[in-house]
Amino acid sequence: MNAQPQALDPAQETVGTPFIDDPKISTRHVDVWYGDKQAIFDASLDVGNNEVVALIGPSGCGKSTWLRCLNRMNDTIDICRVEGELKLDGEDIYDRAMDPVLLRARVGMVFQKPNPFPKSIYDNVAYGPRLHGLARNRADMDEIVETSLRRAGLWDEVKDRLDAPGTGLSGGQQQRLCIARTIAVGPEVILMDEPASALDPIATAIIEELIDELRENYSIVIVTHSMQQAARVSQRTAYFHMGRIIEVGDTKQIFTNPRHQLTENYITGKFG
Amino acid sequence: MNETHLTGHISKRFDTELEDLRSQVLAMGGRVEEQVANGLRSLIESDAALAEQVAGNDHRINAMEVAIDEKCVDILARRQPAASDLRLVVAIIKTITDLERIGDQAEKLGRFELELIAEGSTSSQYAQLEHLGERVIRMLRKALDAFARLDDEAALKTIKRDNKINAEYEALTRQLITLMMEDPRSIKNALRVSWCARALERIGDHASNICEYVIFLVRGKDVRHIDYGTLKKQLRE
Repeated sequence: MNAQPQALDPAQETVGTPFIDDPKISTRHVDVWYGDKQAIFDASLDVGNNEVVALIGPSGCGKSTWLRCLNRMNDTIDICRVEGELKLDGEDIYDRAMDPVLLRARVGMVFQKPNPFPKSIYDNVAYGPRLHGLARNRADMDEIVETSLRRAGLWDEVKDRLDAPGTGLSGGQQQRLCIARTIAVGPEVILMDEPASALDPIATAIIEELIDELRENYSIVIVTHSMQQAARVSQRTAYFHMGRIIEVGDTKQIFTNPRHQLTENYITGKFG
Repeated sequence: MNETHLTGHISKRFDTELEDLRSQVLAMGGRVEEQVANGLRSLIESDAALAEQVAGNDHRINAMEVAIDEKCVDILARRQPAASDLRLVVAIIKTITDLERIGDQAEKLGRFELELIAEGSTSSQYAQLEHLGERVIRMLRKALDAFARLDDEAALKTIKRDNKINAEYEALTRQLITLMMEDPRSIKNALRVSWCARALERIGDHASNICEYVIFLVRGKDVRHIDYGTLKKQLRE
């Protein structure tokens, strides 16, 4: 009575629960092309308030592409074309009136490799607020820098050397500095593209703990190749495969009893 | 719902580890089944040598449980299994606990029979045990088969068998009470027979648990502590 493995049917809808009530971000029927090559097919997925959504799937499955659509990072790639409906708090992310710079302040991003500016720790964090005119005076800025570094769990380690270059920190500290830099402009959503893949287990654990704390104030979408990381940090998990969202569900369900054979094969390390 | 396959991992060694684990559990199941069958036969045939053997063999089952447990811990630590692999390891950890307890019950059969023989009792008067015992052994075999084939349908059917075992156990208990009231001198041995019947009834419960683990493993549904009707309905949904 066991079900046969399901073939990848182009018309097949995502299995599970891609949609939620009162989403922070909602996407419907998203298609993405790089030139003639279609990278995302009919992807629909919501991200809720104060939740961590993990995107998993093999390399080249489209999870990073979908993530980068959420703050229009793909705009920087000339041949990239995005179609479909993408909304942040009900506002069209791709509307002409939407300023990408302001959008990226609301939807911040942390990358795989820590990429602090070649500036002091202080200036790394102050850069965004300065750009967006968020501080009226030096005292304001000091407060923003301290709060952001505290939230990123880095303050105690760097408070005595804020003038030191950000690039002189350890990998894990640099990544937390980048998270502080993202937080400093007061985002609503934080996108993370494999934020811990270049870090050792301790630095990874610190970042994961931080993600859990950040969830109280932000919505977080994280792309990860580590199954255990997805299982540890997220509330919902979406499985991407060849440009399609195959299955979305509560993380516990995905990792104990996935409904789609492709999800099962991927997370148990079997041939697709 | 997923297909439940042990093999097909990119890591061939993981395939082998899971296959080894499964065959170890089946071997343990076979040994336990043999112990129960021998325990029952020693009762029915008043076979002291066989009873002795059953009572003395339990440590082998205990050792198997420990070895399998260790392997499961090793797989959890090194492979961090997920989905059906995780359910398999969890189901095995639980299954071998029940198997070990079935082994304990079989050991009791042997011990009580030795006491009965020492008291000079012939078991012929306790032939009712034979019917109950055979029913229990059939149920245990079917539970182990369901596990071996990862067959949730067979597991569901096997769970139902426990009702008849319970009914038969209660009937046997009533008979023994009557016997004890009629002939108080029989109380000592009748109690031993009653304990044997109780051991057999418990084996049915453990077999039922194993079937529940098979359903959990195949379906990902925890079906413990629900009555058969609800269980059947849930699985048909």
